[in-house]
Amino acid sequence: MPEVVRGLGVSTGRAAGRAHRMARPPVLPPPAPVTDAAHEISVATGALAAVAEHLERYAAKASNRDARAILEAQSLMAADPALLESVEEGVGSGLGAAHAVDAACAHHREALLAAGGYFADRAGDLDDIRNRAVAAVLGLPMPGVPDPGHPYVLIADDLAPADTANLDTGTVLALVTEKGGPTSHTAILARTLGLPAVVACRGAAGIGDGTWVSVDGGSGEVEVGVAEDVAAGIQREAAALRDRRDIGQGPGRTADGHRVPLLLNIGSALDVGPGAAEGVGLFRTEFLFLDRRDAPSFEEQVAAYAAVLQALPGRRVVIRTLDAGSDKPLPFLRLPGEDNPALGVRGLRTSRTRPEILDTQIDAIAEAARSSDAETWVMAPMVSTVGEAAGFARRARARGLSHVGVMVEVPAAALHARRLLEEVDFLSVGTNDLGQYAFAADRQQGELADLLDPWQPGLLQLIAMCAQAGREASKPVGVCGEAAADPLLATVLVGLGIGSLSMAAPSVPGVREALGRYSMAQCEEHARLALAAGDPDEARAAITGA
Amino acid sequence: MPEKTVTIASRSGLHARPAKMFVQAAARQGVAVRVRVGDRPSVPATSMLGVLALGAEQGTAVILQADGPGAEEALDVLAELLSRDLDAEEAADA
Repeated sequence: MPEVVRGLGVSTGRAAGRAHRMARPPVLPPPAPVTDAAHEISVATGALAAVAEHLERYAAKASNRDARAILEAQSLMAADPALLESVEEGVGSGLGAAHAVDAACAHHREALLAAGGYFADRAGDLDDIRNRAVAAVLGLPMPGVPDPGHPYVLIADDLAPADTANLDTGTVLALVTEKGGPTSHTAILARTLGLPAVVACRGAAGIGDGTWVSVDGGSGEVEVGVAEDVAAGIQREAAALRDRRDIGQGPGRTADGHRVPLLLNIGSALDVGPGAAEGVGLFRTEFLFLDRRDAPSFEEQVAAYAAVLQALPGRRVVIRTLDAGSDKPLPFLRLPGEDNPALGVRGLRTSRTRPEILDTQIDAIAEAARSSDAETWVMAPMVSTVGEAAGFARRARARGLSHVGVMVEVPAAALHARRLLEEVDFLSVGTNDLGQYAFAADRQQGELADLLDPWQPGLLQLIAMCAQAGREASKPVGVCGEAAADPLLATVLVGLGIGSLSMAAPSVPGVREALGRYSMAQCEEHARLALAAGDPDEARAAITGA
Repeated sequence: MPEKTVTIASRSGLHARPAKMFVQAAARQGVAVRVRVGDRPSVPATSMLGVLALGAEQGTAVILQADGPGAEEALDVLAELLSRDLDAEEAADA
């Protein structure tokens, strides 16, 4: 009998295959006195040579030219004579092979960081070399995404952006992590790639390499030790479902024809994709600002915004102004360190100290809007008061932008939704942060994942208040958090009166299909059941049983 | 010591593929070549980490230096390489 372990399903779909674990970064052994320096040097240089060779093989296999160039450059870093020299110096000063590799990489890392920009990004490559070389010295498996040579379910402690940059969706069938929550990097990545995923699954620690498992990214169940033919059946069903979904096209609507625009969450023009998107509900502009020593220029911003607007002629594009601070620090903002950054200077609040950055951004958005046929909407993140909303609206309208809104992520904003709509033209509910702040539960804290479940009736009540305010004011209220990507929850949101849903592109077909199955009256019934439920599980059960 | 100043032509700067080509070409020269930006300390042209840490972007002037027999030829070869847009060549042969 297969054993069942449970976590939180964060990206719907089922998959089955053999489990392979991502090796953890090696831990340095306690320092020991060096008796044979020549031996330590030869072990360390041998490890670096092995890493260089490994990376070169990886590069040869890379299908993407950019990825190949980066891997080739990384291989040359591992073989760099200057790195070997630093290792020799380290051993000379009394370090063993593993510690000498660690120290040498740390030394060169500083120099790369100092160079800034995309040169500083290569510090991550050097960290990877360090982890691989230390593992080789200690005789441990190479850390990183495994390459067992067949499709597999990836099991990990948690996934960092660097781990997943080259994740091959042809080989990885599903993701299961011990840590993380519904809005962690793993969850967002999985939904973007359309991979089933279960996070906060403590039982995943006991899954052995090569074991056959099945993953249900909706219920959060992972069956360990399933029979091979059962796994094959699940894979066939999953493929059939994907085919059916690819057929469904057209705008979002309920079974009885109520229109619900299904919009995209994007980070750049690349995310718009070739499909016929109805529009963009959340254009995150942070990508322009990351890894920079100085804020991007007006011209550079105009070009980036215009690229998106021109891809969507005649359609709505909601551009969110810079959402920095907290978990997304930007060096050029020069914000002081904070004990509690989630409650600190972030989102619109950064314009208190650096108003010129927001002004330049709004200027650039207005300029890009003038040269395109898209319907340009602009909104500010992390608004808590009516005064902040009014101030932002004044600034944006002064530059000729006519659709100005704010995000509702702070409970105080939801409570004042009606008054916010006296100042702005629309609201967009960011359910991830609204959940974090309403439940006083850190988004990065896997232990509290149940509190961050977007089905929490308390969160749905706040969303209902925003929707109600929108109906009264006849102004649009949408949801752009990850809640909108859950097909069943989408029917609840529509029933609450939410007018548009915005999500990562791969989630659109599933949501479109779910909405098409229910009438508006049924969606309203779903909303009533979900609000009345005692907890998320009860809410889901009430609707699936309805 | 013979020196040669050249402006980086590659769009992405001395990074990724251009950096790789430069470091590999430097290793093929029979003479040790060093490279620097402005007054900052020079690094061996064969060191990928050193070359990346220069932080040389498109339009940055770098100074190549070498000494001994074959130095002038080595500097010519490497300067010619850096004066081409290696990213564009990559796109062209893609």
